[in-house]
Amino acid sequence: MDPFTCHTGTAVPLRRSNVDTDQIIPAVYLKRITRTGFEDGLFRAWRDNDPDFPLEDARYAGATVLVAGPEFGIGSSREHAVWALRDWGFRAVIAPSFGDIFRGNALKEGLVPVELPNPAIGEIWDVVEADPATPVTVDVTTRRVAAAGREWPFPLDDYHRNRLIEGLDDIGLTLRFEADIAAYERSRPAFRPAISRVP
Amino acid sequence: MAGSAHRTLAEKIWDAHVVRSAEGEPDLLYIDLHLLHEVTSPQAFDGLRAASRKVRRPDLTIATEDHNVPTTGITGPGVPLTGPDSPVTDPVSRTQVEALRKNCAEFGVRLHPMGDADQGIVHVIGPQLGLTQPGLTIVCGDSHTSTHGAFGALAFGIGTSEVEHVLATQTLPQGRPATMAVTVDGALGAGVTAKDLVLALIAQVGTGGGRGHVVEYRGSAIRALSMEGRMTVANMSIEWGAKAGMIAPDDTTFSYVEGRPYAPRGAAWEAALDYWRSLPTDPGAEFDVEVRLDAAAVRPFVTWGTNPGQGTGLDGVIPDPDALADEGERHAAERALKYMDLRPGTAMRDIPVDVVFLGSCTNGRLEDLRAAADVLRGRKVAPGVRMLVVPGSAAVRAQAEAEGLDAVFTRAGAEWRFAGCSMCLGMNPDTLSPGQRAASTSNRNFEGRQGRGGRTHLVSPPVAAATAVAGHFAAPADLA
Repeated sequence: MDPFTCHTGTAVPLRRSNVDTDQIIPAVYLKRITRTGFEDGLFRAWRDNDPDFPLEDARYAGATVLVAGPEFGIGSSREHAVWALRDWGFRAVIAPSFGDIFRGNALKEGLVPVELPNPAIGEIWDVVEADPATPVTVDVTTRRVAAAGREWPFPLDDYHRNRLIEGLDDIGLTLRFEADIAAYERSRPAFRPAISRVP
Repeated sequence: MAGSAHRTLAEKIWDAHVVRSAEGEPDLLYIDLHLLHEVTSPQAFDGLRAASRKVRRPDLTIATEDHNVPTTGITGPGVPLTGPDSPVTDPVSRTQVEALRKNCAEFGVRLHPMGDADQGIVHVIGPQLGLTQPGLTIVCGDSHTSTHGAFGALAFGIGTSEVEHVLATQTLPQGRPATMAVTVDGALGAGVTAKDLVLALIAQVGTGGGRGHVVEYRGSAIRALSMEGRMTVANMSIEWGAKAGMIAPDDTTFSYVEGRPYAPRGAAWEAALDYWRSLPTDPGAEFDVEVRLDAAAVRPFVTWGTNPGQGTGLDGVIPDPDALADEGERHAAERALKYMDLRPGTAMRDIPVDVVFLGSCTNGRLEDLRAAADVLRGRKVAPGVRMLVVPGSAAVRAQAEAEGLDAVFTRAGAEWRFAGCSMCLGMNPDTLSPGQRAASTSNRNFEGRQGRGGRTHLVSPPVAAATAVAGHFAAPADLA
């Protein structure tokens, strides 16, 4: 994953709660075996059926920050939801709360899930709707969001912050502990199931 | 989830799987069982190939074809994937299934393909094969992996990057979640099922109520559930945001596991039992959050909206969004009713349905099929209603046929199909058409989940069957 330190871009207001991953990317797009090129499926049903859907609003073209309501990314574990947002061009999603699996997937891909309280979300929605060109900054190094002269801190633990800044690959990190894994494996109880044990 | 002398079930399993722990870092957890399917694994295998990595423990990894395979035309073992006799007509689906077969062959992973006697929904075959056991850590690139928590395992859904990580290392870095107890005391009333219990719980706590927590379901009503009922409850943990949902193992669990193909035998069984009996939460252990639900107050439940928390009793009416105090909830309810084409004040029983779907990892097991067949026996599906019965696995299908349930369904006018995820998520040809309304025993009523423009109401198997007969939402007791 590419390192992420600080990003400034314009934002799309999505005044909806419980945006589930079936909405972010419908299941029909999950048949693909590739890891990129999912932008065509992003919010497909809403883009097609909802004339007021902000992603289709030319004023928000080129936006890189999505600002949504609570419980963003609930439901299915499909990482395709993160890939679709990333492929569309988003670098960060700001919402009051996220589904746990989506949040984990996003951190793995360098799409920053930013948790801000409801009032801050409301302020950002208002300023972005009033002026879609308003720059919004997501700074992972300082763990702050800035827009229209206001600043808000957001929670991000040191471990994930450092991973984002350095763009580290989790598997490579874990494989440094090969000796620990092998030692653990030697201690596993023999009654644990193994696929090879049944013909 | 802090270490202490008195530990919860979740803490005991967590502690027993820590490979490495360091200040300021997530724990590195060992994974005992990794379940794979065709949809969320191809990119993970590509990642392994790109880095010249192997699957570290193929013996702890098992795969099946469930999400996008058709549920008709499965002629038996070796059913062709290509050619005119293949039931798979969608070339994109075929490519994905081909990729899984190629990946499993290349990396030495056992696969139960279409037509195999052990094929089925990944969360149905794990328990059925006896792979799902108390005390294990179990992951799968599917959010309903929480199902396996019914056995007292720590089981949770992961994304594709994590699938790749587990394939390569058999571990996952995980921050310690908080713990929550959901205590359900009392007895469920006649005709009230585990599905109603969990839908009522979600309506009470909301879709984000469990976020960041491993939940343990406790209390006399949970203890009284069969393993199938427990799996239904644990399965829906993700629908209220929980990291995982668990139920302490007991004699119900042990008698379910005993004798299954991958269950330990002889001295290993005795050793396993000793360990499993040490797992339940210690008296005096504390949970970070406690929630209570009175089982006797739970009624047959139906969702009316577009998230699983938007539901009410079958005896209820469509709520009025204007009566909701919270602006966000009001807005969400207005949107949901518009999508669902429903008006406030309408009685649930007055709402007609077009399709009834019985199946899924939530309610596609034998007990669910039996409950629905008991309602349908000697009755007919209402004119104009299509009912699909999709067993959760090939073995469930075979057992149902041995019991004559297939004849009950077909005589009633329902479709008796082959195993898979099917209309739960509409990745295969089993989908709702735009505007169609379904009573579904699955787990998600999201917009378009079962087919673009489709409208989903989540219900229990007995309510699904009664609704199919009545043509509108109904309980078995409503039928003449």
